[in-house]
Amino acid sequence: MAVRPASAPILSARELTVDFKLEHGWVRAVDGVSFEVRRGEVLGIVGESGSGKSQILMAAMGLTALNGRCSGSVTFEGEEILNAAPDRLDRIRGSSMSMIFQDPMTSLNPYMRVQDQLTEVLVAHQGKSKAEAVDIVVEMLERVRIPDARQRIALYPHEFSGGMRQRVMIAMALLCRPALLFADEPTTALDVTVQAQILDLLSGLVQELNAAVVIVTHDLGVIARMCDRVIVLYGGRIMEEAAIDDLFEAPRHPYSRGLLAATPRLDDDTAHDLRTIPGTPRAQAGQISGCPFEPRCERRIERCTAETPPLQRGAGGRAAACHLVTP
Amino acid sequence: MLSFAIRRIVGAVPTLFALIVIAFFIMRVAPGGPFSTSRRLTASVLENMNKAYHLDEPVWMQFGRYLWGLAHFDFGPSMKYKDFSVTELIVQGLPVSLEVGVWAMVFATITGIALGMAGALRRNGVTDLTAGIIAMTGVAIPTFVIGPVLQILFGLQLGWFPVAGWDGSLDAAILPVFVLALPNIAYISRLTRGSMIETLRANYVRTARAKGIGPRRVVWKHAMTGAMLPVIAYLGPATAITVTGSVVIEQIFGIPGIGRYFVEGASNRDYPLVMGVTILYGGIVILANIVTDVMRGFLDPKVSYD
Amino acid sequence: MTDAVAGAPAALETPSAAGLSPFKASWRRYSRNKLAVGGMVILLIIVLACFGGPLLFPYGPEDADFDNISAPMNLFSIHPFGTDEFGRDLLLRVLVGGQVSLAVGFVGALAAVIIGVVYGATSGYVGGRLDNFLMRTVDVLYGIPYFFLVVLINLVVGRTIAGLFVSIVVVLWLTPAVIARGQAVSLRHREFVDAARAGGMTEWQIIRQHIVPNTMNVVIVYSSLLVLEVIVTESFLSFLGLGIQPPSSSWGSLIDDGARSLETDVRLLLLPGCLLSATLFCLNFIADGLRDAFDPNER
Repeated sequence: MAVRPASAPILSARELTVDFKLEHGWVRAVDGVSFEVRRGEVLGIVGESGSGKSQILMAAMGLTALNGRCSGSVTFEGEEILNAAPDRLDRIRGSSMSMIFQDPMTSLNPYMRVQDQLTEVLVAHQGKSKAEAVDIVVEMLERVRIPDARQRIALYPHEFSGGMRQRVMIAMALLCRPALLFADEPTTALDVTVQAQILDLLSGLVQELNAAVVIVTHDLGVIARMCDRVIVLYGGRIMEEAAIDDLFEAPRHPYSRGLLAATPRLDDDTAHDLRTIPGTPRAQAGQISGCPFEPRCERRIERCTAETPPLQRGAGGRAAACHLVTP
Repeated sequence: MLSFAIRRIVGAVPTLFALIVIAFFIMRVAPGGPFSTSRRLTASVLENMNKAYHLDEPVWMQFGRYLWGLAHFDFGPSMKYKDFSVTELIVQGLPVSLEVGVWAMVFATITGIALGMAGALRRNGVTDLTAGIIAMTGVAIPTFVIGPVLQILFGLQLGWFPVAGWDGSLDAAILPVFVLALPNIAYISRLTRGSMIETLRANYVRTARAKGIGPRRVVWKHAMTGAMLPVIAYLGPATAITVTGSVVIEQIFGIPGIGRYFVEGASNRDYPLVMGVTILYGGIVILANIVTDVMRGFLDPKVSYD
Repeated sequence: MTDAVAGAPAALETPSAAGLSPFKASWRRYSRNKLAVGGMVILLIIVLACFGGPLLFPYGPEDADFDNISAPMNLFSIHPFGTDEFGRDLLLRVLVGGQVSLAVGFVGALAAVIIGVVYGATSGYVGGRLDNFLMRTVDVLYGIPYFFLVVLINLVVGRTIAGLFVSIVVVLWLTPAVIARGQAVSLRHREFVDAARAGGMTEWQIIRQHIVPNTMNVVIVYSSLLVLEVIVTESFLSFLGLGIQPPSSSWGSLIDDGARSLETDVRLLLLPGCLLSATLFCLNFIADGLRDAFDPNER
C-alpha cells in the first residue's frame, strides 16, 4: 500500500497527555500516548467514541479547546509544536501539515463561497495572487473529481452534496501539498456507498504526495483499507500497536481481540450471535491506577487493577500494554 | 433578491392595515370626543362641528374617507390645534424626531457591536466587565430614570450640557441621543458578545484556524458573518425600542418632535393626531423590519429566496 | 467533541437521587445561583415594605403635615425620607406607589400568561388551519410597537387602575402565547398524548391536563421577564401622564413629578427612581437565574 518510507519520522509524539477542566474537576482524555509517523506511511488510530483519539489530532494541530491542557511533546520535522505559539503554528498548519475534519457540512463556512475558502490557503501560505490561486484550486477540484469545477467554485457549501463536500475538504487540505495529513473520521458522516470512493481517492492522492497520514476512526473497515500500521486506543491509552496485517491476523491485547471478534465479517457463521465487549466505556475522573480496560476484560487478574501496564515494545514494530501479553 | 424584498413588503401590508384599522376604531370607540373637555357648547354648535369633522357619518364611511386621505398622506385636521392639519404638525416635528432617532440608532449599533466584540475577544477583561455593567444598567434602569439623573449630573451639577431644549447643536443633542441609545447599546452588546462567542466555537471556525490563515482573518473574515446575523435581525426590534423611547426622551429633554404631539394628543383625545403619529411610527417600525429581513437574506446564502 | 469546551467523555455516571423530579432539580440549580437568590430576597423585602409598611404609618400618602413642609431627609425623624412641598411624607408615598406598580406588574403578568398560554397551547396543539390563523393574527399584532397599542387601548378603557391593567394585559399576552404554542407543537406528537386520547379523554381535557402543565416549565422562565415588562410599561405610561391618575400614584407617576421638580428637589425623583430600578434589577437577576436553571436549551 505504501511507497518505501523515508527513515526519519516526520511526526513524533512522546507521552502526549491532554486533560480537560469540567464542572466537576479535571478529566484526562489522552494519557501518555507516544507514536511516530514517517512520510509515505499511513497510521491508523482506532478506538471507541470517547477514547480520546480525536484529541490527539487536536493537540498536534494546536486546536485543543480552551478548557484543555496539553503536556508531553509533539515534534514536526524536528520542531516542537505542542503548545507552540499560534503564529508559529500558523506557518505550518494549512501548508505542510493539514487536517480533514469529520463533518463537511458544519466544517465548511456556510457563508463563504467555496472559491474563497480554498484560495485563501494559497494566498496566505504561498503568496499567490487571487487569479493564480483560482487556477490551482480548479485543478485540484478536478483531481478530486468534482465535475464542472470552474463553475462550481462560485457556489456555497450547502449547494454541494455530502460526498462532494468531503472532496472539497480533501482538496482544501491538500492544496499546499502537505507532508503530513491528519484525517478525523473522514468518512463517518458519509453514505456507505460514497465512503469507498472517498477512501480510494484519498489513498491515491497521498501516495502521489508521499505524505505521512494519521487517520482517526472507529471503523475497522477504514483501517483495513487505508492503513499500514495501527494504534489501538482505549481510555486515552495505547493498548496495542502493530502493522496492519499483524493486528488483523493475530491481535495480542484482549481489547483488540474483543474489537476484532465483535466486527461482523461476510464469512461469519450466521448461527452465532454477534459478539460484544461487555460494559461501557468509563469516564475518567482523575488518575486511574491500573489498566483502563480492566473492568471489561475477560482475562483480568489482580495485578491489572493495581498496576498500570506499560506499553512494551516487541519485534516487528509491535507493542502492547497488558500484563498478560508479550508483544 | 428583488422578489424577496417585494414579497416581504407585501407581507407587511396586512400589519400596516391592521394597525390603521385598530387605531381608527379604537379612537371611535373611545369615550369622550375632543370637545368634551372644553367649555360647554350649545347643541347646534356641537352639531356643526361634528359635521365639519365628519363625525356624524356612519363609521365605515369615516374609515373609507380616512383611508383615502392616507393614500394622499393627509392625516386629517388636528382637533385640538385648530389651525393646523395633522400632516402639517407631523412635517414640523418629524425631522427633529428622525434626527435624534437615527443618531441614537447609529450610535447604539456601533457602540454595542464594538463593546460586544471586545467582550467576546477578551473575555473577562476590563472591557468585558465594563460592557457587562453598561448592559445591566441599560436593561434594568428605565430611560425616564436615567435621563433626569444625567440631566442633574451633567446639566445642573457639572454644567457640561444644557439640561433641556433643542437648537440643533451638538451640545443639546448629546444627552438625549445618549440616553435614547442606552437600552439598545445594552441589548446589542450582550447579543454581539454571545453570538460571537458561540460562532467562535463553530466547526467551520475551527477549520479556518486549522488552515493557518492567521487569527485576524479567522475572526474578521470567517466568524464575523455568522456572528452578525442575530445582531442584524435584532435591528428591527431595536427600531421599535428607539421609536418608543423617543416619546419619553422628547418629553424629558423638551425636544419638539412628534412624540410630544402623540402624548398631547392622547391626553386631549385628539383623534387624528394620535392616529397619525401611531400610523407613522408603526410604518417606520414595519419598514425597519423589512429592511433588516432583506439585509439578512443578503448575508445568509442559505436563505433561499422563498 | 467539536465544541470549544469539550464535554465529558461518554456515560458519565452520577449517583441518582431517588425521586428528584425535574422541577425540584431545577429549583436546586436555581438556589445555587447567588445573584438570583439575592434578587428574590431583596424583591421580597421590597414587596413586604410596600404592602406592609404603610400600615405602620398613622396617616395616608395624601395627608399633609403642615408643621413639616419640605423637610429634609432625616432617618431618625418621623419623616425618614422627608416631605415634599405639600408636607406629604415621601417614604410613605413611595411605598404606596410601589403597591400599584407591583400589583399591576404581578397580576398583569399573571393574567397575560394565563391568556397567552391558553391561546398558544390550544393553537399549537390543535394545529392545522386554526393554528395558522391564530398565529398569523399574532404575527400581525407583533408588527405594531406595543407601546402605542397600549396607549390606544387605554384611551378606550379609561384611566383607572383597572383600565391600565386591562390595556397592558391585552397587549402583552402575545409573547407567552408564542412560547406556549412552540411547546405545544413539540408536545403534540409525544406518545402520552396518544395514550390519553386512546384512554378516552376529550381534546379539551387533554389540553387542560396535559399540554398546559407541560408548557409551564418554559413559561415560568419567561414570566419573570414579563413582570418586568409590565412594570416598565406601566411606569412608562404613568410617567407620560397617560397611566395612573392622581390621587393614585405609582412609581412612574412619582418619577414624573420628580422630573418636573429636578431643579428644586432632587429627592422626589431619586427615591422612587431608586426603588423602581432596584426592583427591575432584582427581576433581571431572577429572570437570568430562572432561565439558567429551568430552560433545557441553555444547558
